Amino acid sequence: MGQPTKMTASKQKFVGRSVARLEDRPLLLGQGRFAADISFPGQWHMRVVRSPVAHGKLLGIDASAALALPGVHAVWTYKDVAHIPPIPFRLTGLVELEPYRQFILANDTVRYVGEPVAVIFATDQYIAEDAAEMVELNIETLPPILDASGDTGPFDAERATEPSIIRKSFGDVDSAFKAAHDVVSLELSVGRHSGVPMETRGAIARYDEARDILEMHGAAKVPWWNRDHIAQMIGRTRTNMHLLEGHVGGGFGIRGEIYPEDVLVCAAALVFKKPIKWIEDRREHLISANHSRQQQHRIRAAIDADGHILAIDDEFFHDNGAYMRTHAATVPDLAAAMLPGPYRVPAYRAVGHIRLTNKTPCGTYRAPGRYESTFIRERLMDAIAAKVGVDGVEIRRRNLIAKAEMPYDLHLDTLGTHIVYDSGDYALLLDKTLALAGWPELQASLKKRRAAGELLGAGVAMFVEKSGLGPSDTVRVDIMSDGKVEVVTGVASIGQGVETAMAQIAADALGVDYASINVVHGQTDRIDTGAGAFASRVTVMCGEATRLASVKLRDKALKLAAELMQTDAASLDIVNGEIVRTGRIGSSMTLAELAQAWPGELTATDTFLSSHMVYPYGVHVCAVKVDADTGAVAIERYAIGYDVGKAVNPRLVESQIAGGFAQGLGGALLEEFVYDENGEPLSVTFADYLMPTSREVPPVSILVTEDAPSPLNPMGLKGAGEGGTNPVGAAIASAIDDALQQPGAITDLPISPQRLKALCQKN
Amino acid sequence: MKPAPFVRHVPRTLDEALGLLSQLAGQEGRILAGGQSLVPIMAFRLAKPAHLIDINEVAGLDRLESDGKALSIGARVRHGAFHKLAVDNPLGALLTFVARHIAHYPIRMRGTFCGSLAHADPASEWCLTAATLDATMVAKSSRGTREIAARDFFEGIMSTALAEDELLAEVRLPLLAPDAKFGFNEFSRRAGDFAMASSLVTYRIVGGKMTDTRVGVGGAEAAPRRITEAEATLNGQTPNDAAFREAARVASDALDPLEDHQTNAEYRRDLVRAVVRRALENSLP
Ligand SMILES: Cc1cc2nc3c(=O)[nH]c(=O)nc-3n(C[C@H](O)[C@H](O)[C@H](O)COP(=O)(O)OP(=O)(O)OC[C@H]3O[C@@H](n4cnc5c(N)ncnc54)[C@H](O)[C@@H]3O)c2cc1C
Repeated sequence: MGQPTKMTASKQKFVGRSVARLEDRPLLLGQGRFAADISFPGQWHMRVVRSPVAHGKLLGIDASAALALPGVHAVWTYKDVAHIPPIPFRLTGLVELEPYRQFILANDTVRYVGEPVAVIFATDQYIAEDAAEMVELNIETLPPILDASGDTGPFDAERATEPSIIRKSFGDVDSAFKAAHDVVSLELSVGRHSGVPMETRGAIARYDEARDILEMHGAAKVPWWNRDHIAQMIGRTRTNMHLLEGHVGGGFGIRGEIYPEDVLVCAAALVFKKPIKWIEDRREHLISANHSRQQQHRIRAAIDADGHILAIDDEFFHDNGAYMRTHAATVPDLAAAMLPGPYRVPAYRAVGHIRLTNKTPCGTYRAPGRYESTFIRERLMDAIAAKVGVDGVEIRRRNLIAKAEMPYDLHLDTLGTHIVYDSGDYALLLDKTLALAGWPELQASLKKRRAAGELLGAGVAMFVEKSGLGPSDTVRVDIMSDGKVEVVTGVASIGQGVETAMAQIAADALGVDYASINVVHGQTDRIDTGAGAFASRVTVMCGEATRLASVKLRDKALKLAAELMQTDAASLDIVNGEIVRTGRIGSSMTLAELAQAWPGELTATDTFLSSHMVYPYGVHVCAVKVDADTGAVAIERYAIGYDVGKAVNPRLVESQIAGGFAQGLGGALLEEFVYDENGEPLSVTFADYLMPTSREVPPVSILVTEDAPSPLNPMGLKGAGEGGTNPVGAAIASAIDDALQQPGAITDLPISPQRLKALCQKN
Repeated sequence: MKPAPFVRHVPRTLDEALGLLSQLAGQEGRILAGGQSLVPIMAFRLAKPAHLIDINEVAGLDRLESDGKALSIGARVRHGAFHKLAVDNPLGALLTFVARHIAHYPIRMRGTFCGSLAHADPASEWCLTAATLDATMVAKSSRGTREIAARDFFEGIMSTALAEDELLAEVRLPLLAPDAKFGFNEFSRRAGDFAMASSLVTYRIVGGKMTDTRVGVGGAEAAPRRITEAEATLNGQTPNDAAFREAARVASDALDPLEDHQTNAEYRRDLVRAVVRRALENSLP
């Protein structure tokens, strides 16, 4: 027990402050451990032989030459893995989609360029690639299906091109259109692009025969679900298999889902009793990891004379590529469910056709479904403004859901939850973001410069995001014998700062320094369950679970300390890691001393349950200059306002927004997976798939507000992962229309300079 | 992304290098210079040379000097060598200006001037420079040395007059007149990408009129070249907006534009019009 101390320092608070990231030290010192950094003695390297054609009958595979190459241990084809079922659905797994799941190796048909047809196991990557080239595939080429919006028909002998239709509606749409003063109709599309993390995928499986434990390193995003389901696929159980996450060089929705390669390394490690390592290369990544976004919409709005929306009717075609992967119907479902956005829409109908094509299969990508439907809805708002003859800001104001209407029941469901916007003051954020962008002065200066012949314009886009998907998160907090605190979570770190944010929350609840807290994530051998990191859920769900467990642990610690300090718990407090008496006179005790006195006792576990998502919202304002000679777009100003209810660490929220913006910009102006008429992918390197670089990403003004805390958790938290991305295509399109003075000119993303040059010609 | 097996040879002298080249050229032997084009295509296994003759240690090939008439650029001179003035002549400033548009910094520190010419990407800035300024290529083999004029050197997309046993040992760029003006412009979707169209112009002003005008266009046809029709419209003109526009129009009409999935013929012509005009505008102080 310590000497009586004079406590002058007041209790430090960490939540709400932009404290430095705890995860940066190893990364900045080059001590990160990414998938490729993990190696085991005696490991074999796996190389995937992929289909070179978009659609064909796989008549035979001759691997004899490959097998004869020194250093090649084995070659697997479908027959070696025929007992392994297809990859299951994680979300929105409609029964009718099940026949469209992907097997880990193609059987008798190949359906996209890049589909795994065989795998080589060899002593090193070079030999594995040499061998892969020697595998002879006998494929009878079939005509590929590449258009998702044409007539439906057979995809192959047993399957149709349209496995399912998503339908969502409320209100009386048909009557609203009959009674409408006017109708606005648009045809719009969003191009195929996706998250392209700096770190490609990787999986290293190792079987420990002595303990009968199978480990897979290189996990990300949802290790617990993947552990359970890979185990099931290969005949193991959740107790003798572990997934372990290292550093992850970007997730964005696409990394960390179960892919064929994850299952292959696990199955092979068991069969060969050798560590099996697979590291994806960039070309493989661009043709085999999930694509996303490609949709075509035909949308109509019924409006009154003032441009108030009476009804929205949308029919869309979602190009899901060749298989339904783990996300099943998630992306089109979210697109349909979130399309109404921040506006009062009395009647709504969405019909989303899920279509199969001979392209890389799709999944979620940051703001899945919402990047798409925000583009559609905000184009519609601009079209309504043009029809009524008011500006884009005014038409939005007229239709915004008011603060007084919160909580607002959208009468739609998605991801197994009912959508109720929990809180929000959309008009207030619109005002604040316009002020941030200097809107009136901006308009005045655009007018002046336009008169001098420049093509300049400004646009606004608004949106509601979703976050904090439940149903539950469990966290265990321990005070270790050295006084340090460990927070063991069931979430994952994809670079978003989860260690820092959880440490801040636990620090405040416990009364310790956030830097003394070690946050564990992504290790299935450390906690039994975990929902992982997706849907902007971590800070909301795991954050509240962390707070609950920390409060519980504090109570426990004070009770145990009270016995030793011969006082009652109510007169004790924890300040900067020390147990002190309130009033701070008399003896104190460190947490280390307490933990040593009660070995194994200083632990608490708690769970946060939530059946509703929470809904952050935002406004993006964009000003562009179009180069009439080349069709190039320069973004001259970009401002983002985003309300997250409560920012645990404002700088982390701003970073999420800034990074997300760059990805939104990519989808708006640069990134696209292009295919030729044979289904051959043309965007297979970074020379053809154009990621924005620091030179293409303009500075962004970011305003994070806390005007609408969520009533659904005590801290008022909402997630912040996707608001930087969501409306970027919409905002840029709106600004370009304005620059061209051609309302509705932009109908498709990405906006290429060639297309824009053609539009300039019309001026 | 791992290359197919190959043997790397590291000659120290030019004779040794040429000997290896004549011996191995017929057995899929290739020269390795900066590796900034060759290594990526080997990683994709689009090229599978069985032998690489690495010239990075060959003595004497790092020569970068002027004899008062021309700047000689040896086969080991990197793009980055032009970040500073290579010669006290408007040519030095021209090369510095153009070099900034090639790829990104780390690539410029390895890629070579001669490697760019040998690789002959139609959009290469150095190929445009060589064509516009009528460079002389010095090709060496164990059979001897020959000089090739730029207009005979570029034969098409990634194809040159070099024989397979020839090393492009040196390129000679004629110095510009001390009062020469130059302008350069290119268009690409991202900074550092190969240009979708580019133009380099040089001229002098004598008695207020443009003279000795050269207008080069790159990235638009199978190989960069001078557009003499555009040069003719400018010679004898005062430098002015109308003349620049007319020359740009003439240049874009004179082309046989390359097409690809992001650039149709019409758009390529639009871009050429823009880059020629802008190169001319940039040339004004
Ligand atoms: C991301 C990226 C962006 C790029 N952007 C640009 C750009 O904007 N503009 C641009 O011009 N270039 C660009 N490049 C290419 C770069 O400039 C290369 O350095 C250049 O094209 C080739 O030079 P090198 O020395 O690297 O040649 P290498 O890659 O070593 O060789 C290229 C080819 O030329 C042959 N070769 C090389 N030297 C000789 C010689 N002396 N004699 C005979 N044959 C020879 C080789 O055998 C090989 O076939 C880019 C490259 C990358 C990776």
